[in-house]
Amino acid sequence: MSTVPMLALRNIEASYGPVTAIRGVSLEVPPGVIVALLGANGAGKTSILKAISGILKPTKGSIQLAGLRVDGLSPERIVNAGVAHAPEGREIFPLLTVHENLRLGAYIRADSEVAKDIDAAYSYFPELRQRARDMAGQLSGGQQQMLSIARSLLIQPKLLLLDEPSLGLSPRLTEEIVAIITRINREHGTTILLVEQNARIALRTASYAYVMEVGRIVLEGSSETLSEHQDVKEYYLGIKADSVRGEKRWKRRKSWN
Amino acid sequence: MQIVISGLAVGCVYGLIALGFVLIYKATETVNFAQGELMMIGAYFAYTMAELWHWPFLLSVLLAILATALVGAAIERVLLRPIEGEPTIAVIMVTLAIGMIARGVASAMPGWGTDTHHLRVPYQGGLVDLFQARLSMEHIVIVCSTAGLCLALFYFFRAAKLGLAMRAVSQNQLAAYYIGIPVSGTNARVWALSGGIAAVAGILMAPITFVHINMGSVGVMAIPAAVIGGFGSIPGAVAGGLILGLCESLAGLYLPEGFKDAAPHVLVLLVLMIKPSGLFADQIRKKV
Ligand SMILES: Nc1ncnc2c1ncn2[C@@H]1O[C@H](COP(=O)(O)OP(=O)(O)OP(=O)(O)O)[C@@H](O)[C@H]1O
Ligand SMILES: [Mg+2]
Repeated sequence: MSTVPMLALRNIEASYGPVTAIRGVSLEVPPGVIVALLGANGAGKTSILKAISGILKPTKGSIQLAGLRVDGLSPERIVNAGVAHAPEGREIFPLLTVHENLRLGAYIRADSEVAKDIDAAYSYFPELRQRARDMAGQLSGGQQQMLSIARSLLIQPKLLLLDEPSLGLSPRLTEEIVAIITRINREHGTTILLVEQNARIALRTASYAYVMEVGRIVLEGSSETLSEHQDVKEYYLGIKADSVRGEKRWKRRKSWN
Repeated sequence: MQIVISGLAVGCVYGLIALGFVLIYKATETVNFAQGELMMIGAYFAYTMAELWHWPFLLSVLLAILATALVGAAIERVLLRPIEGEPTIAVIMVTLAIGMIARGVASAMPGWGTDTHHLRVPYQGGLVDLFQARLSMEHIVIVCSTAGLCLALFYFFRAAKLGLAMRAVSQNQLAAYYIGIPVSGTNARVWALSGGIAAVAGILMAPITFVHINMGSVGVMAIPAAVIGGFGSIPGAVAGGLILGLCESLAGLYLPEGFKDAAPHVLVLLVLMIKPSGLFADQIRKKV
């Protein structure tokens, strides 16, 4: 890659007090593409996103956004640098209306296009338009998830961090969200780092992916390559390996360990 | 009628103090026991400018409100931000200490001292006849100013970006960080707003109770007012203050001597027994 990556992590380490969550992670997201970050529960995916958006201060390593160091900056400076984060767990403002939630998404902006962009967000998520005057806390879980993503779009980010957007959604809604993520990437050229447990979805949406385990990147490659990888197939896609070498499943060790 | 209006007027002052108190509580989960002292400081600022320095009354009032707002923001920035995340009891001790220190400093200030001072207001002693009742101008001004301030705040929290941001921070601090709201800066502004409101209460109160270092003691009424209103509800705080003020003055009229001071607290107990969440609690609970 000759272009400057939109996002580059070098040897990032981070911990919650005594608990080390990330142990030396390096990864790159080139501009304009969708990159996925896979891994089991507790692998450290959310922690990586928190480190990027300045919520969790890395103890080591550097984070660069389009070539500029952003590690150590306050969360609001990082948002101002063009990073939007739709966190896991539907972090919305429950006692504000859907519309007010979206208005606040544009908090850092002072331009006159905000109303137009809120309208654009509604056209991505028509259900939200119908609930515009309702309290966000009254939305269903899936709708809150949409609101959280829509709100992060109002930042007009260069880099969008999505943490498990499909969590708890029906298969139909998941398909919808995936389609919207792809559209956002295509229509605005937004670079996206997508965290997913659902590897099938992630590998379909992203062009490149990293796999994490207990705080480390253990595997990376293009989505096609990873989809064919034995271990990814077995542990993340749930496709049983046909035991070519006659190994018992419980005996087989993941090859990256 | 006079009794009702004077009860409402006192209730307005309680309501304003409770309002500032609830604002801070909602935004930062800090129980600010120095709210009454902020009110006292506001009244002293106005007294100093208008009476000691002979500045025009309205200018003095405006500057006093601004100055008290700055004091509020400074308290957050200098004293409370460094102990963010410490146990609640530590924070409460700090606000209690701020209140006592404020009284001490005020009594040591040249020109302030422990005497009772008089802040002359242009509407001093005026009387208005309305519905066969003779109402004092001071009370009318208190009720009207409070109503005006509440309307302005209502608009501010609904439509202004900063007002929305303040509500957002109080509902979900993490989400506020994620969309780039400067959380500490917003909290400092909440303290400023709360200080400004306290100053308004102090200046409105001044013609009735005079300016003295213990005038902040009405601040203890902020907590029962907030509780009646449903701790954490902004309109509830004002309503709670009004109810307390009315209850106090009616009790003073109809009940034997001594009940006047006890009545508000009896009312708090009754409300807590019948509707523990207060009369105006937020409809949707925060999901935890
Ligand atoms: N607030 C916290 N305090 C202490 N430890 C934490 C905290 N958040 C996460 N951890 C720990 O950090 C490690 C990584 O957690 P993280 O949330 O990043 O995992 P994840 O990959 O996002 O998992 P999931 O798929 O379940 O969301 C875990 O061991 C977890 O216990
Ligand atoms: Mg996670």
